[in-house]
Amino acid sequence: MDWLTTVDHKKIGILYLIAGLFFFLIGGLEAILIRVQLMKPMNDVVSSDTFNELITMHGTTMIFLAAMPLLFALMNAVIPLQIGARDVAFPFLNSLGFWTFFFGGLLLNLSWFAGTVPDAGWTSYVPLAGPNYSSGHGVDYYVIGLQIAGIGTLLGGINFMATIINMRAPGLSFMRLPMFTWAIFITSALIVFAFPALTVGLVALMFDRLFQANFFEVGNGGSGVLWEHIFWVFGHPEVYILIVPAFGIISEVVSTFSRKRLFGYSSMVFATVLIAFLGFMVWAHHMFTTGLGPVANGLFSIATMLIAVPTGVKIFNWLFTLWGGSIKFTTANLFAIGFIPTFVMGGVTGVMLASAPADYQYHDTYFVVAHFHYVIVGGLIFGIFAGMHYWWPKMFGRMLNETIGKITFWTFFIGFHLTFFIQHFLGLLGMPRRVYTYLGGQGYDDMNLISTIGAFFMGIGTIAFLLNIFITWAKPRNAAADAWEDGRSLEWTIPSPPPEYNFKQVPLVRGYDAWWKEKMEGKTAMTPSEPVGSIHMPSPSILPLIMSIGLFIAGFGFMYDRLIIGGIGLAITLGCMVVRSLIDDHGFHIEPEDQDEGVKA
Amino acid sequence: MSSHDHTDGKLPHEPEKATLEARNKILGFWIFLGAETVLFGTLFAAYLALRHNIGDGPSSEELFQLPMVFAATMLLLTSSLTSVFAVQALHHHNKKSMLGWLIVTIVLGLVFLGLEIYEFREYLHEGHGFTTSAFSSSFYTLVGFHGAHVAFGVVWIALVIGQVLKKGLTVVTAPKVYISAIYWHFIDVVWVFIFTVVYLMGKVAV
Ligand code: HEM
Ligand SMILES: [Cu+2]
Repeated sequence: MDWLTTVDHKKIGILYLIAGLFFFLIGGLEAILIRVQLMKPMNDVVSSDTFNELITMHGTTMIFLAAMPLLFALMNAVIPLQIGARDVAFPFLNSLGFWTFFFGGLLLNLSWFAGTVPDAGWTSYVPLAGPNYSSGHGVDYYVIGLQIAGIGTLLGGINFMATIINMRAPGLSFMRLPMFTWAIFITSALIVFAFPALTVGLVALMFDRLFQANFFEVGNGGSGVLWEHIFWVFGHPEVYILIVPAFGIISEVVSTFSRKRLFGYSSMVFATVLIAFLGFMVWAHHMFTTGLGPVANGLFSIATMLIAVPTGVKIFNWLFTLWGGSIKFTTANLFAIGFIPTFVMGGVTGVMLASAPADYQYHDTYFVVAHFHYVIVGGLIFGIFAGMHYWWPKMFGRMLNETIGKITFWTFFIGFHLTFFIQHFLGLLGMPRRVYTYLGGQGYDDMNLISTIGAFFMGIGTIAFLLNIFITWAKPRNAAADAWEDGRSLEWTIPSPPPEYNFKQVPLVRGYDAWWKEKMEGKTAMTPSEPVGSIHMPSPSILPLIMSIGLFIAGFGFMYDRLIIGGIGLAITLGCMVVRSLIDDHGFHIEPEDQDEGVKA
Repeated sequence: MSSHDHTDGKLPHEPEKATLEARNKILGFWIFLGAETVLFGTLFAAYLALRHNIGDGPSSEELFQLPMVFAATMLLLTSSLTSVFAVQALHHHNKKSMLGWLIVTIVLGLVFLGLEIYEFREYLHEGHGFTTSAFSSSFYTLVGFHGAHVAFGVVWIALVIGQVLKKGLTVVTAPKVYISAIYWHFIDVVWVFIFTVVYLMGKVAV
């Protein structure tokens, strides 16, 4: 029960982790089914309709319901600890954000049971996604499910921006922030400025579908290209929302396990800011073949290639950090080191795609599929695996098993390259994406088989990781505070797992790599910045859960034209807001004499 | 960092910024307004892209009546001013005058909403329905979104008034007054853009 009402960032992080892994499994299962279907020519494991549903749900699930929540899991688990805070700025909103994400995702996936699944691709291009071509309720699930889940993401973005600006420990100036915190700060800003565009797009599409509006109905003056613009104004920053946190994780892991300061810290910060800024300028590189004309294509092409410069800066800084370090090849570090060349390859094919004339050749082929999986699986998922292995002892007080960890890494890493490397060539040969089968004898057959075998290897890697979790569960909680012994930032100064209030006394930060600096000066603990005192905590609340259920009900109501049910759902949510506004909630205090008992996860 | 810091019963000069919770709220709210700006920006972009596609329906020149829209604009601008008076009263710890100005603000907002509903009904009579054309869909969505924001603001300020009546003017309620006033200004600024981009530009047909 206290999991349903918790507002503690550490528990919410665990909830995100569980839900994210759950959806990762579903998305992975969908991927395996896609690959089984494409294993040999003219295969008929799934029908063409099911195939469309599978790729749509796979893409949507992986991006919105697996990758982003897993990142939210890590940021919830780590950010307050890294900045020496007792919680996030808005614990209540944090919980609300989790539950809206969860119920949005649930709604989306219930479409499988309703027998009418979104099938217009994760980009939901109109007119394909419009009422004429997708007349069932499938795309409604996409539109409404994502809308509800999107609220949660936006709340998270606002929350973490405010947290990082306002809640840093004394002495922790911006240019002393750990790189992961910087990454999350920038990611949060991207969320705040990108997600509202998606909100509007989804609303417009919903109005078109449910209330016969004409935003995208060409026959009535609407415009399909408008959807593409709105979608990608959100969609391109979205890929940076995914990858920037991975940058942050890699920076932490590489410097910890090289036992060296991150090379070029300030250039890392500025490179990340620049990448995020340029990320907003390049959306139309997804639309080269739409026919925007040579001037637009040229400008967007150049702007896109520019991003390679700050990205290169980051790559070299990681290499220089490793250079001459005393490197420990832990599982976390293997994933981080594996990330570097893989991500470089994704970047190189990105520059190739950014060349507009060449894109006419690659567009909608497996080359594109290979490219973005190199970036989001080889980049982001490797980063998430690195982060999960790295912070697991901090989150749960138990070390993951390293042997199984290495099995996870090698099967996943090899499987990944088997699956996707070869797809570059499939694409160059002309195999189109989003097509449910192909004729034999065109040179696609063997490569597709290899690709499918690789996907199974990744599946084995994922199962190994889950096994590792279960095995670890049975072990005692004996991870040390500084579990890797080479921790550099504040989260490694408090017990694993941390007590409810994180820091008994908020620490005083005296330099970059705060904890490392103290250790080098022979200290065994941080200097506190305040005397021991009574700690004020927010109280748990069931309202976020009820509010999200309200939205969930409302979504169903509107989808099936039961406006009364829709109204009831909204009334539940708004009613909770009124209750929240009128009832006093002063939280509670933990007094010094109680502060040493009860270290809970 | 909690409200016990002020047990002497005296409010600080800017009670809305006295606690960390309050400063978090104000900052978080500004960030939220950043998101709202993108939201309205996208709606404006969609409207600008579609506003000439009127299909068989009436065009913006035939439809819009500037005098009434101008009156609505004046009402809303005035309500921004009265909400400033409310915040000033807050700074002088004058609860009564603060509540008074908040109520005036709400009333002005309600009249504005009334005018908007009247306006929409007129348009409907002239064959400008939500489904008529791309222009009409994007018009009602943009202006209607703003209207929904006004309605939300009215309810919100009413709830804030309720809280101040119940708990008095404290370091807990002061930030709520302050933030709802910022929100109200934001709605007002958006309206100025709507007035210019939708109504003025729609009337002169550029
Ligand atoms: C882990 C193993 C994975 C495998 C084997 C895999 C495989 C595939 C395949 C075969 C497609 C269909 C391509 C097409 O026909 O167009 C696809 C599409 C896609 N995948 Fe993955 N994928 C994996 C992981 C991921 C992850 C982690 C993400 C994102 C975080 C992701 C995002 C996408 C997206 C966005 C699409 C495009 C969907 C669409 O066209 O609507 N994938 N994937
Ligand atoms: Cu892009």
